[in-house]
This record gives sequence, structure tokens and C-alpha cells, in this order.
Amino acid sequence: MMASAESITAEHGLTTTAPGRPMVRRKRRGNSVTLGIVGWVVGILFFFPVLWMVLTSFKTEAQAYTNTPSVVFSPTLSQYKTVFSSGLWPYVANSAFATIVSTLLVLLLATPCAFALSLRPVKKTRDVLFFFISTKMLPVVAAIIPIYIAARNLHMLDNIFTMVILYTAINLPIAVWMMRSFFLEVPGELLEAAQMDGAPLRRTMTEVILPVVAPGIAATALICSIFSWNEFFFAVNITATKAATVPVFLVGFISSEGLYFAQLAAAATVATLPVVLAGWVAQRQLVRGLSFGAIK
Amino acid sequence: MTALAPTVTSVRRARPRPDARRQGWVRRAPLLPALVFTIIVTQLPFLVTVYYSLESWSLVRPGSRHFVGLSNYLDVFKDSQFRQTAINTVVMTGGTVIIAMVIGVALALVLDRKFLGRGIVRTLLITPFLIMPVGAALLWKTTMLDSTFGIVNFVLRPFGIGQFDWLSRLPLESVMIEMIWQWTPFMMLLVLAGLQSQPKDILEAASTDGAKPLAIFRELTLPHLRRFIELGVVLGAIYVVNNFDAVYMMTQGGPGISSANLPYYIYQRAFLGFQVGQAAAMGVVVVVATIIVATFALRLIFKTFSGTEQAA
Repeated sequence: MMASAESITAEHGLTTTAPGRPMVRRKRRGNSVTLGIVGWVVGILFFFPVLWMVLTSFKTEAQAYTNTPSVVFSPTLSQYKTVFSSGLWPYVANSAFATIVSTLLVLLLATPCAFALSLRPVKKTRDVLFFFISTKMLPVVAAIIPIYIAARNLHMLDNIFTMVILYTAINLPIAVWMMRSFFLEVPGELLEAAQMDGAPLRRTMTEVILPVVAPGIAATALICSIFSWNEFFFAVNITATKAATVPVFLVGFISSEGLYFAQLAAAATVATLPVVLAGWVAQRQLVRGLSFGAIK
Repeated sequence: MTALAPTVTSVRRARPRPDARRQGWVRRAPLLPALVFTIIVTQLPFLVTVYYSLESWSLVRPGSRHFVGLSNYLDVFKDSQFRQTAINTVVMTGGTVIIAMVIGVALALVLDRKFLGRGIVRTLLITPFLIMPVGAALLWKTTMLDSTFGIVNFVLRPFGIGQFDWLSRLPLESVMIEMIWQWTPFMMLLVLAGLQSQPKDILEAASTDGAKPLAIFRELTLPHLRRFIELGVVLGAIYVVNNFDAVYMMTQGGPGISSANLPYYIYQRAFLGFQVGQAAAMGVVVVVATIIVATFALRLIFKTFSGTEQAA
């Protein structure tokens, strides 16, 4: 923190007296190298568990269980073969279905809702927003029992549509908040101009509002997808065999195959890969979404 | 937004009453599907939970279900394990969120400066947040913290740590380490974005006036970051307090209940102990406590957002 605070002056201290200038320059370059090194070291440190997971997944179990970690080894794909031959695909299909359908449903419900809370606000906008976010604060565990019993009585246990409904519910409040903040970015003059021209609401929607909020919709969809794909609590309690998702596969795989490092690493790599790739590619959307659009 | 508001209200006021009411519903209509859905799926279960909490009901003994009034609540308050897990939850949530935020601020300050490969470092740093929590917990339990084959003990071996069994000796801390690892990137991203939205000319002016770097950080940067930090703390806490995956995968709440948090403990009561009534009563107590805390948290969020809108 110290170093960085100092370099703030270094950068902005260029307006000081001329003789001081070369000094400042040199100091600034020195600082940015130090900072770069610090940045890289911490970055690698944080990334290391992931890197180690991927490395371990290409090892044999014997290579994974060594007192001194083996870094040089001849990679093998046998762990991945085990993972893919142990019935992974139905779980992936379930996860993909629950993620995609629930995200679409969230967008379908949240977009008009956010519109009614921003551009054409209802009277009690504040209360409604308060209500939505407060549902996120209530502990999920207090709802699981009635949900479980209701699903059992309706014969909807182990049903992928139950998961779709639940994932829609857990993501909808966040999506409403995010989408609202994106709607608020639509410039008022633009809307007024469209209204003056007498454009019908639908055209205003598609031609004026949509282009502005499109990146926001993408950000919202990404965040909702991540939370759905990674969700475990509902999945492990409500599903069994037919509707089980990837996190459930991962846990089941461990308990049936035993806790073998290399196999576990391969399974975890496969399970986590789609979200990691999506997050890497759409970093900007990720940041916008995670800050509820507070950050442009 | 502000430019639009007067036109809209004046139009509405000019219309006669029945029409105004119709207009109100036209306005409300887009809101309703989401609102109704959320009420049904999230609020109804809580009401049912309250109802269950007044019953004695064991899932494994059919016909055992009967009304017992508030006795489940008495049991909850007498239950020392419940108190212990409540304390664990507070420690886990508070510790994780605060430490993740402190590291997050430090990392954001580093990433706010230009250096070679900054984009790559940022990508590396956000990755832990993207890892499936169940998988992350398993990785930390095995390849990282395993007493014999884990990397952490290998690195610490020169310091004479030996085969330290993290998960049974420091269970709560181990779970927290995993969660801090997952949530630091989130905090960092929020704070970084906050830093980048800071007006540069003010900083420049301050340093021209001869302000010390540390003073600039304390007097200008930190107040500016405040609402981003608050936002991160509130959002992080919402997810961390509900954490189930890490406890379930890493320690199963053990040894004993030393690393169990409330979600895990209630889950155990309901799905392993099959005590619906008692678990429901615990749920209600947790909800009430959460509402009290959340009222303060929400006030923070609202302040944060009204601040943002003024800035925009």
C-alpha cells in the first residue's frame, strides 16, 4: 500500500520544480518495476492452486502422492478418461439446461421489472428494490425444508425443472438490481426525443433502450450463469440421480472413486472449466455485473 | 432520468382519476411477474417454515407430527451447539469478509498502477472467484492442505511445521482460508473499479500542494473508496454467511462442531437428523437475526447507490 501511495505522488508530482524532475522520473520507473514484481508474485500465488489442479490432473496417482511435489513428469490423460467414462455427460446436460433456461427466465422477468423500477418508475420503487435485495439476505437454509417437502409432495424432487425454478429465484433479485442500474444509464434526452417523435413504446424499447442496455444484459446473464452452474446446496438436497448437476457429480465422483488427488483434480478441472473460460473472456462484463452496474 | 421525471408526472396529473388508476397499473404491470414469482418462491417457504417450527415432526417417524407451540424455540435457545455454530458463523463471515477486503484493497492499489503484464495478472487474480466452490473446497482440502502430500506443508517444511493437520487442528481457519481465497478477487475488482473512477485532477492538485502520499491516500482515496468497500462487504457477507459448500466439503463441520456454521448445522438437523420442527425453528431464529443485521446493511447499500446515481 505504501509503495503504491508513493507512486501516486510520483506520477502526479511532475509539476514540481524542474531540478526535481529527473529524480521523480527515475523513482517512478523504479516503483512501477517493484509494483510489477509484487503484482506478479501475488497474482501467481493466487492462481497457484488452480495451476496445481491442472498440473495434478495430468499426473498418475503415484506422481500426485509424493512428499516432494513433482513438477517434472510425463503427462497422462488417463485421469480425464476415467472422468469422461464415469457418466459425466448427463450431469453436464442437466447443468447446462438448468443454467441456460433459468438465466433466460431471469432475463425475461427482470428486464420489464427493472424497466418499471427505473425509466418508468412505479411509486414505491424504493420499497420494491428493498424487498428484492432483502430476499437475498434471508438464509437459504431456512427455506430448504418447506421447499424439499413441497417438491416431494408435488413429485418434483429430482426434477430439473425444480432446479430451473430455484435458480431463477436465487438470481432474480440480483438481476433486477443490475438491470435497473443499466436502465438508469439510458440518457433521458434520448428517451424524450423518442417520445417527442411519437414513437410507440415497443420501438423506443428496441431502438433506443436496448442498444444502451445490451452490454448490461450480457453482464447480468454471465453472473446468473456462474451462480447457477456452481450452485450446490439446492442441487445436493433436491436432486438424486435424474436431475443432478455437475457439482453433485463432482462430489459423487469423489465418494465413489475415493479421494484420489489426480482423479479429483481432473474432475474439478472439467467441472470448473466452462465458467473460468467464460469469466476470462468476459472480464469487463464480469466487473460491471458484480458491482451491480455501479462501475461502468 | 431527472430530465424525464417532470414530464411523466405532469402528464399523469393532468389526466382524470380513473385513467390515472389505469395508468398506474400500466406502469406496474411489467413489475408484477417478477414480484409475484419472487414472493411465491422465496417468501412462501419462509411462512411455511414458521408454521413447521411450531410442530414436532420427525421425517422418519410417520404420524409423529403434532403441534407443540413454542417449545422448539425454547430448545433452540437452550441448545449450546446452536450458540456455538452461531458464533462460528459470525467469526467465519466477519473474518473472511474483512481479510478478503483488506487484501483486496492492497491488490487493487497495486493493479491500479501500470506495469508489464497487468492484464494477465488481473486475469490470474480473478480466477479463484470463478472456480466452482465445491471443487475449490476439495482442492484446498487435498492438494493444498493435506497433512502429508499438501503443498502448504511442503512449503512450510523448512520452518519445522512437519505434518501439520490443518483440517483437524485449525478447521475453522482452514475453511476461512479457502473462502478468503475465493472472495478476495471479488473485493479487489470492486475496489479497483472504485480507484479507476477516482477523479485524477484532485489527486494531482493535492500533490502539487505538497500533500504527503499517505495523507492523500487517507484523506482522498479512502473516502472515495468507502462506498465501494461497503458494497463489497455487504455483497460478500450475503454470500459468505450462507456458505455451505466449503464447510460441507472440507470439514463436515468437524471435528465435533468446531467448524460448523448455521447453514450446515440446520442442514444436519433437517436432513441427517430429520427433525423438521427443530430445524425450522432454527431457521426462523436465523432469519430474524439476519433481518436485524440486514436492516443496517441495506441502509448502507442504499446510501451507496444513491451516491452512485448522483455521480452518474
